[in-house]
Amino acid sequence: MAERAGFSIHRQPGFTAIAMLCFVLLYLPIILLVIYSFNAGTSIAIWEGFSWRWYQSAWENEQVQEATVRSLVIALWASVISTSVAVLAALATTRTRKFKGQSAVFAMINQPLMVPEIVTAVALLIFFAMIKVATGYTGLMYLIIAHSAFCIPFAYLPIRARLQGMDLSLEQAAADLYATPFQVFRRITLPQLWPGILAGAMLAFVISLDDVVITEFVKSAGQDTLPTYMLGQLRRVVTPEVNAISTALLAISVVMVIAFTVLSKMKN
Amino acid sequence: MSDLSSAADKLARRTRWLLLTPALVILVFAASGPLLITLVYSFLTAGAYGGVEWQFSWDAWFNVVFERDIFEDTLGFSDAHLSIFWRSVKLSLMTTLFCIFFGFPTAYFIATRPKKQRDLWMLLIIIPFWTNLLIRTFAVVELIRNEGTVNTVLIALGIIDEPIQMLFTEFAILVGMVYVYLPLMVLPLYASMERLDFSLVEAGYDLYANRLKVLRRVILPLVKPGVIAGSILVFVPSLGAYVTPRVMGGGNQLMIGNLIELQFGQGRNWPLGAALSITLLAIVMIALMVYVRTAGEDEVRHG
Repeated sequence: MAERAGFSIHRQPGFTAIAMLCFVLLYLPIILLVIYSFNAGTSIAIWEGFSWRWYQSAWENEQVQEATVRSLVIALWASVISTSVAVLAALATTRTRKFKGQSAVFAMINQPLMVPEIVTAVALLIFFAMIKVATGYTGLMYLIIAHSAFCIPFAYLPIRARLQGMDLSLEQAAADLYATPFQVFRRITLPQLWPGILAGAMLAFVISLDDVVITEFVKSAGQDTLPTYMLGQLRRVVTPEVNAISTALLAISVVMVIAFTVLSKMKN
Repeated sequence: MSDLSSAADKLARRTRWLLLTPALVILVFAASGPLLITLVYSFLTAGAYGGVEWQFSWDAWFNVVFERDIFEDTLGFSDAHLSIFWRSVKLSLMTTLFCIFFGFPTAYFIATRPKKQRDLWMLLIIIPFWTNLLIRTFAVVELIRNEGTVNTVLIALGIIDEPIQMLFTEFAILVGMVYVYLPLMVLPLYASMERLDFSLVEAGYDLYANRLKVLRRVILPLVKPGVIAGSILVFVPSLGAYVTPRVMGGGNQLMIGNLIELQFGQGRNWPLGAALSITLLAIVMIALMVYVRTAGEDEVRHG
């Protein structure tokens, strides 16, 4: 076959164009949202000059302040709890031989990924409503536990990947030198595992910070987080204040994703 | 010797379950357990003001599909529920198809870039994926509202005089869901295309296949597992979508997720809500099972 000039086996007609369109469409709405968060006017469609006023008004809005603190408290607790239990679970599933019930354990750990969020949300609503009636307690604990549960698979997966990628010879050498299993973990495994743990914790943090559906159903009165506050705002007249909050959350996510990517690519 | 190793085995087993317990306790308490209770609730009688009365009843399951006309006491299919189910399935399938249409060329484009560039392109896909779903939905709302960017631009260009009503229609939900779930399609597609053996593509061209034929007969069969995985990843959350239809569809374009919510809110029919949840879960599980079976077969064939 005569080689036509510029013939590449990689090329498919139209694919590059659709891919470019795809990137433009993915980013256009987000970029517009960010731009209009700096709008001086009250409209989210008519540009009236640059201003920080919506960031300031969001900053000074007491409801936003409370929701921000609540979001951060929940996300911190949820990421600490889910990451700690995920480290233990990942050790159990990578450092011991195959066992009976292993697939059931995997199914349970990954359950939050398989069950539609709305189903988990109403299930938690039913269950926690029973507990609320029985105990009278309506604090943040419900949200923290619910968030911890659905963050477990997100923390578990990068940690397990890291454990599986590790060279076992160091751990074996330590065991041969009469280190106890705990010493092996503390001195050999844990130092190598840190990037995975951090990556898992950050993922859990972002996932918790972003959750709308489960929070909306589990929260008691007056327990808005930033996303549920925004969802409530969308029913009213929307000002660029929501854009400003969105942009701030967006910035957190972007930083986290980049840090996560760097961490999970770090060499052992 | 055998005593020693069986003792070690026992210790290992005990350690393993000790390590797993904290995670399993949380999951039983806040994932599996509540799901079982939901199943139980779907067989109870609705309370007058929400909640349930602990009395066995088939009513909720019956009401998922049927409706008793209170005036004529006749039995019919529940049109409202069936049309919402139909809308959910239709919109989810269309979302999946559009995601393939946009996602397939995009994943292919990324997979055919030089190795160093690929991570950067993928980062551009991953960033929206980790951005709050509500924010992304909201960003699209801004675009297609009556006073939104699209209408403003079209009016300014003199193409239209009146804004086109796009928000609060099925079209809006479709646009929103494609936008929100597109990264979920690109990720698995890219994973399978990255491993694509281009010498097979070259062989196809050597055997006088044109581009379309190579795409259809060589590339597509090889990346089929990625297409199926992506379709599942998009179809499943689309079917249970709650935020996007609520924000973009307004009150009259409900999907199953919103119908479920309605039973726990205004509807005050918790057993029906529970039964609808279990129905949704069952549809999702069937889709997952079909996926596992097809993916398994592919492995056998290619492995």
